[in-house]
Amino acid sequence: MPTFLPLVLRTVPLFVLQAALDRIVSNIHRQRPRLFARMGEASKKAILIDPVDMPFVVRMLPDNVTPDMRAYRRGNSPAADAQIRGTFAGLFKMLDTQLDGDALFFSRDVKVTGDLEVVVALRNALDDVDGSIATDVAELFGPPGAVFLSFMRHRGERLAHG
Amino acid sequence: MAKAATDRPNRPELLCPAGTPAALRTAVDAGADAVYCGLARRSNVRNFPGLNFLPDEFLEGVDYAHAHGAKVLMATNTFPPGDDLKDWTETIDIAAEAGADAAIIADIGVAAYAAEKHPDLRLHLSVQAGAASPEAIRFYTEHFNVKRVVLPRILTIAEIRKLKSEIDCELESFIFGNVGMMAEGRCALTSYVTGVSTNMDGMCSPPSHVRYEEGPDGSMSSVLGDITIDCVGPNEKAGYPTICKGRYWNSAHTEPYYAFDEPNTLNIANLLPELIEAGVTALKIEGRQRSRAYVREVVAAYRHAVDNILAGRDPDLANLVALTEGRGETKGAYASKRWR
Repeated sequence: MPTFLPLVLRTVPLFVLQAALDRIVSNIHRQRPRLFARMGEASKKAILIDPVDMPFVVRMLPDNVTPDMRAYRRGNSPAADAQIRGTFAGLFKMLDTQLDGDALFFSRDVKVTGDLEVVVALRNALDDVDGSIATDVAELFGPPGAVFLSFMRHRGERLAHG
Repeated sequence: MAKAATDRPNRPELLCPAGTPAALRTAVDAGADAVYCGLARRSNVRNFPGLNFLPDEFLEGVDYAHAHGAKVLMATNTFPPGDDLKDWTETIDIAAEAGADAAIIADIGVAAYAAEKHPDLRLHLSVQAGAASPEAIRFYTEHFNVKRVVLPRILTIAEIRKLKSEIDCELESFIFGNVGMMAEGRCALTSYVTGVSTNMDGMCSPPSHVRYEEGPDGSMSSVLGDITIDCVGPNEKAGYPTICKGRYWNSAHTEPYYAFDEPNTLNIANLLPELIEAGVTALKIEGRQRSRAYVREVVAAYRHAVDNILAGRDPDLANLVALTEGRGETKGAYASKRWR
């Protein structure tokens, strides 16, 4: 991850980050209609996604009808049924499905607490996506998204090979 | 040592796991000869949330695999409770209607239903049935026309060779992945702690009963129900939260110890030539609960290894340690009865 990114994001107003998240979740819901449905009853539960090296956390409600992702400043985390914590790079690789989620858990790169059922359901649902959500999101943001995706994948290869 | 190229064994089937439709396509693309999967219901032993196939997804999966020259097997490998066979009979019906290449069954009631209603549906006996003797296997072949038995992981290769000489049935053997208690299909540890049965509900350590607790020192405890299964240090690898792989304290031990089994991953790449020579028809990779990344990497590695063996070369398996649970690998009972 570019080292300046957390510093830059610290200065970005939450409403800007929120607008990006709204666009992302709306796009995922439209492009991947089976994703949240695959989670079954677990889709009614909220997950706190915590990239520990970023100045914000995201509360995700993977509801099949009205999915929602909401950004909060670190230190102002909302309640959630489950929490997924890891570096931004580790969480990105899980989203990109290039690294095995269980292996990331075994190695402690990703930590989960709370209601494990919703975490397992989300992991399995993400894994059934042809291509990857990370690619979808990158395409939303045009050339800058493509550059960022390429950078993170290169970073992930180094993570995978120690 | 590599076998001479002039003494090449028969080509075994590389059988690979698929927990989702995307994983099925990944396994086929990575070189699987056959894929096994289950429906999203309790008729299979990986009945986890978000996992498995809806009937139409299974049909699409069969079509995809067949179009690419691969087979699809339907896991129907749990045991129905006495009053309700519907999830299991429907699974068998869907397998037959979708054109599955076989159904993997464990329960004799399900076997009887399948043999009677769908005589053209090939039946394989699941490892969950725990059939390891010629007599037990003959019971299934004679009564239900079972064509293949998945061997319990309690046999040495020498025992497998002897068994094969005494039965008229294909043998399937696990070669990689999570390896559980020695007596598959009999384990009631999860049921004892959670009330959810691995063998009837399809979930070992159901996620709804698991929680992870972080300690102030960076340690992490795995808890199932009210029982702490393990506590790993800040720099220790974690494992699956299963009772049989837990570390426990008691008065006889000064340190936490593995009371049942160590969390090692089965990997018998170096024994593959012997296993194939012993007469095993299908080589099975465990892991329907694992991701596409795992499927892609493990299947490709074993495709390469098996092809090397068939060409008379050494297996040359890629390093898969990063994908393994716990702290190492084991050859299990294939190499020694004294493994744990």
